Amino acid sequence: MRGLSRLWNRLPVVHQFKQSIGLQRGMLVAGLSITGFFLIIAALAPVISPYRFNQLRDANGLFGAQKPPSGAHLLGTTAGGYDVLSRVIWGTQTAFLVIIVAVLLSFFAGVFLGLLSGYLGGWLDRVLVVIADAVYAFPSLLLAIVAAIVISGGQSGLWSGILAAAISITVVFIPQYFRVIRAETIRIKSEAFVESAKVIGASTPRIMFRHVLRNSTRTLPLILTLNSSEAILTLAGLGFLGFGIEPTAAAEWGYDLNKAVSDVTSGIWWTSVFPGVAIVLVVLGVTLVGESLNDLADPRLRTRRRAAAQTPADAMAASQPVSQAAEDVL
Amino acid sequence: MTTVAPAPVAPAPAGRARRDRGGSTLWRYLLIRFLLIFPTVFILVTMVFVLMRITGDPITIALGGKLPPDQLAERIHQAGYDRPILVQYFEYLGHIFTGNFGTSITDGQPISQILVTHGGATLELTLYALLVAFVIGIPLGQVAAYFRDRWPDAVLRIFAILAYATPVFFAGLLLKLVFAVWLDVLPVAGRASTRTEILFSTMPNRTGIYLIDAIRTGDPQIIGDVLSHAVLPGVALGLLTAGIFLRLVRTNVIGTLSRDYVDAARSRGVSEIRLVRKHAWKPALIPIITVIGLQIAVLLGGAVLTETTFEWKGLGFELAYYLSKRDFVAVQGIVALLAVIVALTNFIVDIIAALIDPRVRY
Repeated sequence: MRGLSRLWNRLPVVHQFKQSIGLQRGMLVAGLSITGFFLIIAALAPVISPYRFNQLRDANGLFGAQKPPSGAHLLGTTAGGYDVLSRVIWGTQTAFLVIIVAVLLSFFAGVFLGLLSGYLGGWLDRVLVVIADAVYAFPSLLLAIVAAIVISGGQSGLWSGILAAAISITVVFIPQYFRVIRAETIRIKSEAFVESAKVIGASTPRIMFRHVLRNSTRTLPLILTLNSSEAILTLAGLGFLGFGIEPTAAAEWGYDLNKAVSDVTSGIWWTSVFPGVAIVLVVLGVTLVGESLNDLADPRLRTRRRAAAQTPADAMAASQPVSQAAEDVL
Repeated sequence: MTTVAPAPVAPAPAGRARRDRGGSTLWRYLLIRFLLIFPTVFILVTMVFVLMRITGDPITIALGGKLPPDQLAERIHQAGYDRPILVQYFEYLGHIFTGNFGTSITDGQPISQILVTHGGATLELTLYALLVAFVIGIPLGQVAAYFRDRWPDAVLRIFAILAYATPVFFAGLLLKLVFAVWLDVLPVAGRASTRTEILFSTMPNRTGIYLIDAIRTGDPQIIGDVLSHAVLPGVALGLLTAGIFLRLVRTNVIGTLSRDYVDAARSRGVSEIRLVRKHAWKPALIPIITVIGLQIAVLLGGAVLTETTFEWKGLGFELAYYLSKRDFVAVQGIVALLAVIVALTNFIVDIIAALIDPRVRY
């Protein structure tokens, strides 16, 4: 029992929660609640959603286009005649599916390449670093557009659309994981325990995956959350440019916002405000979690329990914007 | 690390620069940094080329189904898309080197021409956005640093996260809804009213940057027209970066506020406001300049979305247009062009950072 509770206390988010205090704990809790709320909505979408995301009619006939919020349609209907509330609820599911697939893919690819590059070094390392830097400096949305064209030719159904969006986002994220893991690997490979493993005669793959990998993952929860929020924004951006998922295949907030551009001009607000607010809230929730993890992982930014006065000697390294905070370890 | 991308924000340890050789290190740095532009552009252009050609030839994608098969094959042959891929690749590289980014399929426009006619609009929008980001982000960052760990700081930090969490196109739609539709004080879309557009189109050697063109006419009404159209897109795109500047200024000023020289100034009785605004502020500027380089890439990506939202006819608007037409030669051309622009701006920003801070050298 005790071992179990010790393990529980060492789990990424739980550990930081115990560490946190005051405003920082508030931020972490707020972020976790918002994210949890949307996760529940995503899981229960078929139950709580009044209609299907692609439903245009019910027993009383067609819903009608651009109907203002009413009893039958709490958040109104879109220009295409869909129910806004249902599209927002189902959109949560699409968003989380894309995040999970994208983050998993970029995580494995990036971690593997970073480990390989950092541990083996040499020309492979140099080539990969130059490529990663070039990709990193480029506007991520443009790269995602190119990837989306390649994967789906621009239009797709539910799973092909989700995969296409996720892979497009992955292309953008691999360099971030790559850089962080590579830097950690280089630091760790010169430590004594790696040398001892070599002396014992452990094989290179065994050292890489058993000894180095396990010790280089401390910053990953942070990057995972930050990338999730960027994944939502990229997905919405792709959808807004018409590279998302077809409205009959799944609900996607960016696509709905694209269709709402002309509505706004004629004062129809409900088609854009609700999907937009959904994006903002999910990104906000996930970012708050990531931010708190970042602050808590950095002793200079952590609000201490005893010594209340915070004196960050040099906050330079922690000064990067949200999406780059992950590089603090570099 | 042979970093081409963001120069590290944290400055290298002071004193390590080889001072004995004086200015020569700066020139060496400039030269190396300049040469690094080429591999970056080369990698991006190659990647875009390879990715785009995996899907097949662009003519079939753009016109397949619209033309009978024999005409389609004829056009593919004319454009040379039936030759070995390596031959096409080297030809493409050669063209890019000479500034030829290809010709769009759907309307036969050279991509370099698109840059000439629409580049000014994107440049103008990006500059407005940077201006908004500075005006909002920097003072608020100083305020947050001054009130660190108290409620104004908490509010501003949440504002910064919200600014990041709001997609530019949603921010644009909201601003449009409130200021253009409900309050009706600003125009809904476009870069200028139709009257001004017609006037500009007849203007000799126009710059394409509307503000400059408007000032040249000397008519305050036209200047006001152009500026009123710029407010909403500029704010929508600028907010994204403003949040990042706010955080950056906050953490850096807090960092420098605990340095010895600031303590010394404090002990001489310098007020806390003056410490934030003068003493701790200047060293905090250096990381901001480096981050501007990164932000240019973010702003260009955001410009695609902002321009689509506001029908601001720049490079991003054109890109979205060709995307909807499935004209992937034009898309490839514009993306390659933007890659060159990003590489060049990063180079310029790194140079400025090196000139300001002697510690940023290799």
